[in-house]
Amino acid sequence: MFKKDISPGSKSKVKSSVQRAIRNQIVTTYPLLAPHIDEIIPKKEQLDAMKIPDRVTLYLLSSTPLFYQHMTDALLPHLRLVHRFPTCFPSIRIDRGAIRFVLSGATLMAPGLTSTGGRLPSGDGEEKGGYGEHGGREGEEEKDGREGWYGGRELEKGEPVVVCAEGKEEACAVGILSMGTKEVKEKGKGPVVEEGHYLGDGLWRLVTE
Amino acid sequence: MADTEAEAVLPTEPQSRHVVYCGVCSLPPEYCEFGGTVKKCQDWLQKNHAEMYDRLWSEDALAAATSTLSVDAQKRAEKDAHKKALKAEAAEQKHLQTIAASKVTIKRVERNKRKFVTTVTGLEAFGLENKKVAKDLGKKFATGASVTKVPSGGEEIVVQGDVSEEIEEFLLEKYPVIPEDNVELVEDKKKKGAGAG
Repeated sequence: MFKKDISPGSKSKVKSSVQRAIRNQIVTTYPLLAPHIDEIIPKKEQLDAMKIPDRVTLYLLSSTPLFYQHMTDALLPHLRLVHRFPTCFPSIRIDRGAIRFVLSGATLMAPGLTSTGGRLPSGDGEEKGGYGEHGGREGEEEKDGREGWYGGRELEKGEPVVVCAEGKEEACAVGILSMGTKEVKEKGKGPVVEEGHYLGDGLWRLVTE
Repeated sequence: MADTEAEAVLPTEPQSRHVVYCGVCSLPPEYCEFGGTVKKCQDWLQKNHAEMYDRLWSEDALAAATSTLSVDAQKRAEKDAHKKALKAEAAEQKHLQTIAASKVTIKRVERNKRKFVTTVTGLEAFGLENKKVAKDLGKKFATGASVTKVPSGGEEIVVQGDVSEEIEEFLLEKYPVIPEDNVELVEDKKKKGAGAG
């Protein structure tokens, strides 16, 4: 989505009512972020919105990018925010071989997740890092030795997800699942996250002063 | 590498983490290897965050990182990285070349006997935005400054009043990307002087 460089548009102030709505939306979409919401968007602070191409709105707090939103889709966190709160988002992990493709803007494909270096939610809901919900353990048998710290609950199609990388500390991409994680495991091929925001793309390099 | 991972998943971090970003390619340093400017990034990291450099680029870390890939994949990745580095280098060279070759033209145009406007063209090549520069110029000289389209294509900044020399000074001072030799002052009597330069 942001393969090309974006030139910063004009910032406009967000109405306080809209700001409240955004806060609520963030808390409902990312329940794990709830304890930190006051740190991310302090109640008294003025949010800014910046319009960037493709009908995307970027929400900023002074000059820190927080979330971006395509039309009225789900609010997706900017990677800088993900780096600040790495454990508050549902995430999946790709293997090392896939990193370079993702960082050049390719669609994330299933084999990068199902190989030994990749991680998907295990489905049994015990792990830290994911949602607190305890999803059903629906016929989930993983390869042995798979340390699953990527949340217990299976993620559905259309859910926002953070993409981490094998052997790396920080997340490398953010996007919306175009295939549920359960299906990914069953099928093992096809696109999983299309058109995301990745390290080094236009949105990442966007100068917000 | 294992302990860094544990750090990242600490669930009870009360405050947000502060992440160091590479000063060269702006990515988190561990991703520098994918950026195409690896050499420069390494130098930067060594200079600014020596401890992190040691961790990321030590023999062990590199060995651990590559051991999971098959030889074939490793080769491919290496080739790819090499290509990318070359590309980045070429792009940089090209950029430098365009900078060396392009000129900023400051033109004094007579509008009405004793009235002049000053036009500035060629700023785009230096990665400057006409609109912003126009605003700055207007503020600096307290005159009208606007961006207009030129019939021959492209844009120019029109500043009211004869301020050509001041503009030259101002541009050179404010935007060090512009070499002094690349600024040209032209005086133009006729209204339309397109085609020159």
